Amino acid sequence: MNIRLKSNIAVSDNGFVFDSSTGDSYSVNPIGVEIIQLMKENKSSEEIIQSLEERYEVDAQTIDRDLYEFVQVLLSQQLAEKL
Amino acid sequence: MKQQLTIAVSGLNNTDNPGPGIPVIRALRDWKGKDVRIIGISYDHLEPGLYMHDLVDKSYSVPFPSEGSDNLLLRLEYIHQQEKLDFIFPNFDAELFTFMKLAPQLEQMGIKTFLPTLDQFEERHKYRLSEFGIKYGLNVPLSITVGSVSEVPAALQQFEFPVVVKGKFYEAYIAYNIEQVYSYFNKLQSKWGLPIIFQQFVYGNEYNVTALGDGKGNTIGAVPMRKQFITDKGKAWAGITLDEPKLLEMTHKLIAANKWRGGMELELIKDKEGKLFIVEINPRFPAWVYLPVACGQNMPAAAVRLAFGEEVEPFTQYDVGKLFVRYSWDNIVTLSDFQKISTTGEL
Repeated sequence: MNIRLKSNIAVSDNGFVFDSSTGDSYSVNPIGVEIIQLMKENKSSEEIIQSLEERYEVDAQTIDRDLYEFVQVLLSQQLAEKL
Repeated sequence: MKQQLTIAVSGLNNTDNPGPGIPVIRALRDWKGKDVRIIGISYDHLEPGLYMHDLVDKSYSVPFPSEGSDNLLLRLEYIHQQEKLDFIFPNFDAELFTFMKLAPQLEQMGIKTFLPTLDQFEERHKYRLSEFGIKYGLNVPLSITVGSVSEVPAALQQFEFPVVVKGKFYEAYIAYNIEQVYSYFNKLQSKWGLPIIFQQFVYGNEYNVTALGDGKGNTIGAVPMRKQFITDKGKAWAGITLDEPKLLEMTHKLIAANKWRGGMELELIKDKEGKLFIVEINPRFPAWVYLPVACGQNMPAAAVRLAFGEEVEPFTQYDVGKLFVRYSWDNIVTLSDFQKISTTGEL
């Protein structure tokens, strides 16, 4: 994934996302938490898709599409940046 | 420095437009290893801090600065005779100038202050902000000072709408057309007098920084905050500390450039491209100064130490993501207390 989560983003287990550079906070669902945590570990999009595919009964194509949409939201909120 | 200090503090108006007095007092009370006696200085018998006896040991009414510095000095001499003051923390914008003028006389009496110099105080006025930005190489929005209504059309040619119309000392409005500009101009002129300041409106998020300069160019403390809840008077009712190096860089740059002495609050706006603009420099600690204290930077205590000539190591850390949330509280006050301050000027 050529997109990186900004370094000052914190996410709690219950889905509270805090951007410590702006003070903005957000709420994401449990899968959002998983994706953000995987992004924090610098996982590639393929690795994230694979991880989600192993845990949920959803095909890779659907995960890919949903992941793309989720990442677009992160970019639009300036929580992530393009490398 | 003595183990026990007697410190006078003004700005006890802990209202919906709060003064910094009570937060400054809380900071001084948190000063580890120091026994502080707090003397409240008040301009109004209903300033809530007067009745907060767990925070304020004794209070005195003082005359408004508009009544002249001589009257204020006389009153301070009386208070000093009673209390043996070591330090005064003036917290109202409107009284700062008078206290700066009186600082040498207060020093002679044995009372210390830690205030900006008169030059520093004057040049950061909002009607001189453009000049200030150029002098110190800091980004500020374009500002034009308008001395009369006849100057409005020419001044407006420099701006696109919306434009911010600001009073000399307080209040600002965003005008979206010429009619609104004239309306706000008249409103501000009748309330605060001339000049009025027109300022470029910068689209973006507002940030604030509380800081302390040692007067030699060093930043002793600096904590950035974003308002999370704003009252209809535009005052922060909740805010959170941030980890944003650019805000701190801007603060350090300003303090290094003009060798700021004392507490200050910077108001900044970050535009969509991430460029920071300083929109206001308040020459005192803000009412949210207790948040930095709770995050590890007791700047009011550090200011007192600096005034006594102590070497103060700059703070380098603070807790990020800590919030203040204000609340209102009906303090029950006896008639006897109200009567004492109203008739004797002491409580």
